[in-house]
Amino acid sequence: MLIRRPPAIQPSEITDHDLYLNRRQFLAAAGLTLGAALIGESLQAAPSAFPNLRKSPLSASEPPNSPRDITTYNNFYEFGTDKAEPARNAHTLVTRPWTVRIDGEVKRAQSVDVETLMRWAPPEERIYRLRCVEAWSMVIPWVGLPLASIIKHAAPTSRAKYVEFTTLSDPKQMPGQRSSVLEWPYVEGLRMDEAMHPLSIMAVGLYGDILPNQNGAPLRLVVPWKYGFKNGKSIVRIRFTEQQPVNTWNRAAPGEYGFYANVNPAVDHPRWSQAKERRLGEFTKRPTLPFNGYAEQVAQLYSGMDLRKFY
Amino acid sequence: MKTLFAFKAALFALCLAPLARLVFFAFTDRLGANPIEFVIRSLGTWTLTLLLITLCITPLRRLTGWNSLIRVRRLLGLFVFFYAGLHLLTYAGVDQSFDLSAILADIVKRPYITVGVTCFVLLIPLAVTSTNAMQRRLGGRRWQQLHRLVYLIAAGGVLHYFQLVKKDVTQPVLYGLVLGVLLGMRLWWRWQSARVLANRQPG
Repeated sequence: MLIRRPPAIQPSEITDHDLYLNRRQFLAAAGLTLGAALIGESLQAAPSAFPNLRKSPLSASEPPNSPRDITTYNNFYEFGTDKAEPARNAHTLVTRPWTVRIDGEVKRAQSVDVETLMRWAPPEERIYRLRCVEAWSMVIPWVGLPLASIIKHAAPTSRAKYVEFTTLSDPKQMPGQRSSVLEWPYVEGLRMDEAMHPLSIMAVGLYGDILPNQNGAPLRLVVPWKYGFKNGKSIVRIRFTEQQPVNTWNRAAPGEYGFYANVNPAVDHPRWSQAKERRLGEFTKRPTLPFNGYAEQVAQLYSGMDLRKFY
Repeated sequence: MKTLFAFKAALFALCLAPLARLVFFAFTDRLGANPIEFVIRSLGTWTLTLLLITLCITPLRRLTGWNSLIRVRRLLGLFVFFYAGLHLLTYAGVDQSFDLSAILADIVKRPYITVGVTCFVLLIPLAVTSTNAMQRRLGGRRWQQLHRLVYLIAAGGVLHYFQLVKKDVTQPVLYGLVLGVLLGMRLWWRWQSARVLANRQPG
């Protein structure tokens, strides 16, 4: 004999009818949530490269660009002049062991291993706007050390008025250097007060992980109120000088790229306007801010200077 | 006739490939971090490439004796106009959001935009007079004189490319070299035929 017993609970009591009808969307959403959780986990797992990463009050509050944007759209001519090339070619760069020569106007010249240098200050997360001289911009969550703390360890003499940063020169590792599109090695420089400014950092990481090669590993200068080309990459030498260094782009086209290269919407590049920029990921252009939005912190460094002349 | 039609149809489809590629890239997220720049650059280089291909027709005819090639020259030329128009429209509409004052300022102040826009404007009469009826109305000789503008436009296109690159001029120089060869061949042939004519004149 078959005894039919009504089920103790109706399915509709367990699953809401609307939810049942929309079960496909529900599953998709659940999948997304799970996926996001997994990605989140991997992102959280990654920062083990910098376990005690401090957040910085100097960080911008804008949402950062995606890791993909930041690591596939790079001006790093040592690996090719197309912005997609560094991501493809920079795997040939060997970043460990890496020695940095510190010399010039210092009390004692020294060669320091990058691992040692990275212990000179605790790494901080610095979310900065990056404005390229080509009128595009990004927001990038760097990991870096204050440049000032590196300079203190370098112990420059009172004669040091400028700091010069030299990029690695090795056509075997940097295939772009086989072309003479720029004079190698790439050289950049800062005035001492610019270098000592709290906003200036030596980046060693990105998105909580170690710095990808195409972004200038293992040591990349970041000076957020200046155009991107001021950020020397893969630095092997820090030299303190009395004379203003001649930076590579200034040497290549002095009428177009200056030593200071402060972001300035009022001073156009001779061939294009600097009034607006395209933030990657945005459709319409946004106005460019004086000193890339850092005027409050840095404008006083240039008081009394004619910024049209010292572009 | 039938083969010509098939050839033209195939060429038409082929000329649409650069645009189809961009559409495919757009739908598969392959335009990179700066899609607007990618699209503008791609449309620009394809305009110039098609223009150089169009300029190959006359030398190819001379070298191969394959005269019916002339039948596809208009199709190629109109595709040059089509891609140039898309290139300009993407700049004006997508890059500048149709901000007319900004565009005008660009045209006046930025030499590469001045040159680029001039080239496009010069293309318009060539496209307008591309029909058989217009050709007849103008008469072969005047039509030909007008269409010699294409040499100036091609030179302007290469200059436009050369002016906008930041430092690496490899690509524009390559385009310039190809254009130089194509124009050089024409000059050489002109000079040859002028010499032949001169020799024929009785003392």
